[in-house]
Amino acid sequence: MTQAAVPESLRKHPRLRQWLLPAPDGRIRATPGKVDIGQGISHTLRLIVAEELQLDPARVEMVPPSTRTSPDEAVTSGSLSVQHSGAALRLAAAHLREACRERFAQRLGVPAASVTLAGGMFTAGSECAGYSELADAALLDAEVDPAHLAPRAGRPSALGALGREDIARKVFGEFRFIHDLAPEGLLHGQVFRPRMLDAQLDEAAWLRLQPRVEGIAGVLQVVRDGLLIGVLAESQHALAQAAERVAFATLWQGSADVPQPHEVAQWLKSQPLDSTVVQQRGDAAPAGARVFRAEYGRAWLQHASIGLACALAQWAPEGLQVWSHSQGIFNLRRDLALAFGLPEASVTVTHAEGAGCYGHNGADDVAFDAAWLARHAGGRPVRLQWTRQQEMGNAPLGPAMAVGVEAAVDDAGRLVAWKQEVWSQGHGTRPGRGATPALLGAWQTADPAPVTMAVNAALAVGGGSERNAVPPYEVPRLEVLNHRVLAMPLRVSALRGLGAQVNVLAAESMMDEIARALGRDPLAYRLEHLADERARAVLQEAARMAGWGTTGERAAGVGRGLAFARYKNTGAYCAVVAEVEVQEQARVRRLWIAADLGLVVHPDGARNQVEGGAIQAASWTLREAADLGPEGVRSEDWASYPILRFSDVPQVEVSLIDRPDHPSLGAGECSIGPTAAAIANAIDDALGIRMRVMPFTADSLLREAQRQGD
Amino acid sequence: MSAEFAFTLNGQATRVRAEPGQPLAGVLRDTCGLKATRVGCGLGQCGSCTVLLDDQAVRACETSIEAVAGRAVTTLEGLGSRDAPHPLQAAFIEEQALQCGFCTSGMLMRAAALLQRNPHPGEDEIRQALQDNLCRCGVHNRVVRAVRKVAAA
Repeated sequence: MTQAAVPESLRKHPRLRQWLLPAPDGRIRATPGKVDIGQGISHTLRLIVAEELQLDPARVEMVPPSTRTSPDEAVTSGSLSVQHSGAALRLAAAHLREACRERFAQRLGVPAASVTLAGGMFTAGSECAGYSELADAALLDAEVDPAHLAPRAGRPSALGALGREDIARKVFGEFRFIHDLAPEGLLHGQVFRPRMLDAQLDEAAWLRLQPRVEGIAGVLQVVRDGLLIGVLAESQHALAQAAERVAFATLWQGSADVPQPHEVAQWLKSQPLDSTVVQQRGDAAPAGARVFRAEYGRAWLQHASIGLACALAQWAPEGLQVWSHSQGIFNLRRDLALAFGLPEASVTVTHAEGAGCYGHNGADDVAFDAAWLARHAGGRPVRLQWTRQQEMGNAPLGPAMAVGVEAAVDDAGRLVAWKQEVWSQGHGTRPGRGATPALLGAWQTADPAPVTMAVNAALAVGGGSERNAVPPYEVPRLEVLNHRVLAMPLRVSALRGLGAQVNVLAAESMMDEIARALGRDPLAYRLEHLADERARAVLQEAARMAGWGTTGERAAGVGRGLAFARYKNTGAYCAVVAEVEVQEQARVRRLWIAADLGLVVHPDGARNQVEGGAIQAASWTLREAADLGPEGVRSEDWASYPILRFSDVPQVEVSLIDRPDHPSLGAGECSIGPTAAAIANAIDDALGIRMRVMPFTADSLLREAQRQGD
Repeated sequence: MSAEFAFTLNGQATRVRAEPGQPLAGVLRDTCGLKATRVGCGLGQCGSCTVLLDDQAVRACETSIEAVAGRAVTTLEGLGSRDAPHPLQAAFIEEQALQCGFCTSGMLMRAAALLQRNPHPGEDEIRQALQDNLCRCGVHNRVVRAVRKVAAA
């Protein structure tokens, strides 16, 4: 294996004991730094370890990540867990296996090749030994040698059929989410704050309110720090009463300068911009005979997790302990240390599962809130849970985007030039990446840290707003530009897939627009411009599943569309065929999805992720837009921020093309972009109306029908 | 001022002290220690806190403690166990019908109420019954498959 193939996680944490520790009872403790956010990653990692160690998966204990015991694997995001953590654990497990085999062979004076391994026991002749007996301190201190990993030679995942063990615990009500933790001496806390980043607190109103909150039975302490009001109480019930009184007091004034929904693209383009060239190429090509131009986009979106942001914190003489469902416990630790002026080593963040997060929601901010308030709790642990309205009103938004495409084809209809231009705020204000803390509360104390402007991740790790802005098709002249918007009236950050949803919508809609104008089949037209066999294979598989091109007459208002993307241009391949039915509003009836995730470790889990991503993307595409106003986010519950429900959800078929000899690729985000674009293409097929700006609601369908009919 | 309330909880006669008007969800979670009833919104909108009140599915976040006095409440902890699982629990495991699992308790209780009322619902009836239970991970079709499996048995 080459150096480049050693995952970054392992390069940073090369020692075997940083990943795997045999316990005397025959179990293996695995300590990855990636966290469960509903995707079931610890199960997949467990299967990888068990397969390499040839051990019953039940004997692999997955230790919940903590900054004290786990390697720093940064943020669990970007569909990278199986690529980074999985690859590191596979190499570590292969090393542990072969080093133990060698140790056992030496002890007996037999060739290593004569040692057999089954059920976690090494055997030669009448002698046998397990991992914990063979793995001494020196062996575990060694740096993981990638040479121990054997080629798979086409072998699929040996344990792939095994289901997730946490599912039974969740189904029987045994599982404990972070919301359920109730350590001895627990106090309940709540933090109240303005809805805008730029706000003032009305001091007179506060002076009137303070005694009214302090007087509530069960309220122990009321804390004021800058714009923040904190309440510590013996019970949730007392906090609920405090919340009612705070809500009536209208403590904060401020205003957010946000555009009207129909002016989003114009607003993005009129802000200060940081413009960069993502990719440029000018190979010789015939002149363009025909030019196509269109602009696509989306509104600001909300993560809208079903669970609430929650954290526990406790101050002890040795430092600060925090329990969090953050995606990046080390990043959170770093910014908590910055915010409270502590050395990082005196802050411990332990992961406890929350509900699915789909990106940077309120998880990190609520951890700051709990820690900030726990300073007044006299060493007792404090639990802090945002309300639904606080979560929807204060968590970062998924950035709005505008993407312009200008494509030219030659006389034969072949693509000769493609220009894609992206306008969007940066897609990241995650903690742990700057000189000052990127935690909402730290921006609102009496001594506030500055608000950090949203940035984009490096293109090498997929970029942010420019994710998938480079189209996958062969085109000799290419220009891809990214304009990062340097204004942030309301906070934005990473939402599942980052820029991929709109960039793929743009490229895949444009391919359909061109194919339609040229009278070509959208599948055939794509294949003419795609050399990558894996890309072609998923498109052909999705088309086969849907019976593309073989279906006869369809009912009025029913249409089909297809779309393809390779996530981040380096990750999983995914093609989607959508069938929609449009009456007053568009409904997706069916999705056929083909994905190539390299070696699939846990096929059912991968299918679940691919389907879930597609259903979430369908919800964004058809329904979702944050309702924003000068007072902040107005869509603060499920009535004002509707998502797809059971009767709206399409039937979904997922086919995985398993490639055991290729590295595993994350499944969670690959279907987002292709689903959005396949829906747009299906609506056009159904009605002859090209929808370019999401969400494709009944109102926007009607508006576009009138506009395009003119 | 808190008062005492008596009701049947998962088949057991139960007495709790609670504040008048206090939502059942908090009583179940904080007073009774039954954590499987999840609070996702506290507004009666998401269905995560669904429990059975007698045979009806209700949202525990908008059901006051007074409303359950003298009646029978069933939470996920009382639906079935590993030794004697409710058929829906077995089917959810077989279908791996969740991702994060936060909405799962409410889904199971809502589906259990449906099957008590109608042991053999069709797919449309199942989707309609679950319409007010929200899922963000996108496991709707798995949940429907699990309920259908039990409905067809």
